[in-house]
Amino acid sequence: MNKPMDNVAEVQISGRRLAGLVRLIAEHRVAAVIIFLMVFPFLAPYKALAIDVLIYGLFALGFNMVFGYLGVLSFGHAAFFGAGAYATGIAMVHFGVPWMPAIFVGVLMSGLTAAIMGAMAIRTRGIYFAMVTLALAQCVYYIIYHMEEYSGGEDGLTGVSVRTVDFGIATVDMMQDPMGKYYIMLAFTAVAIFLFSRILNSPFGAVLEAIRENENRARACGYNVLLTKWVTFVLSGLFCGLAGALSAIHLSVVPIEYLHYHQSGLAVMMALLGGMGTFFGPFIGAMAFLMLEDAITLMTTHWQLFLGAIFMIFVLFFPRGIWGSFLHWISR
Amino acid sequence: MTPTTTDIIRAEGVTKRFGKFTALNNVSASFPRGQLTAVIGPNGAGKSTFFNVISGAFPPTAGRVIFDGHDITGTPQYAFARLGIAKSFQITNVFPELTALENVRIAIQAMHRRFDIWTPRSRLTEMREQAADLLDLVGLRQHRTRHAENLAHGEQRALEIAMALACDPRLLLLDEPTAGMSPEETLVMMDLITRLADERTVILVEHKMKLVMGISNHLIVLHHGELLAEGTPDDIRDNDEVRRVYLGQGSH
Ligand SMILES: Nc1ncnc2c1ncn2[C@@H]1O[C@H](COP(=O)(O)OP(=O)(O)O)[C@@H](O)[C@H]1O
Ligand SMILES: [Mg+2]
Repeated sequence: MNKPMDNVAEVQISGRRLAGLVRLIAEHRVAAVIIFLMVFPFLAPYKALAIDVLIYGLFALGFNMVFGYLGVLSFGHAAFFGAGAYATGIAMVHFGVPWMPAIFVGVLMSGLTAAIMGAMAIRTRGIYFAMVTLALAQCVYYIIYHMEEYSGGEDGLTGVSVRTVDFGIATVDMMQDPMGKYYIMLAFTAVAIFLFSRILNSPFGAVLEAIRENENRARACGYNVLLTKWVTFVLSGLFCGLAGALSAIHLSVVPIEYLHYHQSGLAVMMALLGGMGTFFGPFIGAMAFLMLEDAITLMTTHWQLFLGAIFMIFVLFFPRGIWGSFLHWISR
Repeated sequence: MTPTTTDIIRAEGVTKRFGKFTALNNVSASFPRGQLTAVIGPNGAGKSTFFNVISGAFPPTAGRVIFDGHDITGTPQYAFARLGIAKSFQITNVFPELTALENVRIAIQAMHRRFDIWTPRSRLTEMREQAADLLDLVGLRQHRTRHAENLAHGEQRALEIAMALACDPRLLLLDEPTAGMSPEETLVMMDLITRLADERTVILVEHKMKLVMGISNHLIVLHHGELLAEGTPDDIRDNDEVRRVYLGQGSH
């Protein structure tokens, strides 16, 4: 398992300027990500990419709490993304809940989903945990699929529209003003990033590292490892649920594919590509993945094959991911 | 029922089976409070299995473990530190990629903040100071910032003891703390153990009989999963059966 290398103390000062810069960024990791995301729409090759990076970066970030920091592979995180998206959408479409409280409903529902799934899966270990979470997420898929009245079944949920957002001084037209929409979503993401960093940097965050390093020793020290894992799973689910909720509002629809295991696979690939257990990895991974996907789709119809090959190359030769390898390189 | 009883921990008819194999057979033994008791016996005698049962790694197949008058059989492992029972494993068991200081700090934190998701770690100065003091105590003062995996074998064992001391245990359990150590390292470790035993009850598992004869107040001898003898070092030295077991094995 890789250690979280963006931790300030972990990055050795090599005397080079680059290392100093990275150290500075790591010290202010929340500000660094937020500032980057603020300017990103201007750097992005095309605007539609920006919101996707925001949403999927947040999804991979939440996933990384379990995968990278706790050291446990879940293959069921689609359930949390999907639960967040559906609960937000259903609250708005069927119960007339305004969009902001609806987001909270979405986040809470994904937390609840994670609590139930976690309670059933957390005793299993290693590959069995991956299998059980995968199976449980498939159950969520079928439940939602068959709640056709509310979820729209195979066609997905439509009509999750937010037309305008009124701030008193300014009004953002969510349909016509993609930049305005982006910054509204960024506001939510920024709060999530702040909370995420705070959790990692807390005593609880230290327990996650300890469990990843040596579960047995953590238990002997006096930590209830099962309960800690479960709490982590739920926290992780909350972040992924927010990503799903934002996605529902962004697209105005919730496709059933959000609950598909392919969606769980996206989180795994993005976290691995960017660097598991690193703070910036998930956003870098989401960006790299989405850009690659778009580029390759334009070039060939066999894009999945090429994407798969690139992914394999990373797993085999750069298991630290893009950001993890970079940190390793500068701290030699 | 009160802490004034003379025994701090007691095993009553403890049996442990692994499948069909009986590793411990109906072992009853008491450990006097405030003393250093050694559990000895040749390799494969069942010492580690006995150690694991009384330290809560797994429950016995039959029998009970009584700590301070309370039945603690089947109590989950994580609750032991808070009961005041700490241990170091036979096989070195630390957090390899964390610093020595963080290894001990994590162990201290387990007593206070297990689910605090809010306080920045930088504010935990008191815990870090306590951890530094414990490192001083076991002689790792100058290794605070080194990763545990980079410490020498003897230093890792000492680190483990510092971690065990983090919960200020009333009962300290050590499974072959000198295993794999050089004679010099062994001397340092035995000295540390005698110092620790001045302030708390220590149970020391060891297969080298010679090593513990001089320092323990009380001995328990296991052989083939059964209690062979129990008594003072003099009793044990004069015990014919113990002699036969150890001589038969060709070591002391
Ligand atoms: N988990 C286990 N599964 C099966 N057999 C075991 C297990 N642990 C120990 N044993 C067996 O129990 C016996 C006692 O082992 P152990 O308690 O480690 O002895 P000691 O520590 O005295 O050398 C050995 O024969 C060992 O092979
Ligand atoms: Mg042993």
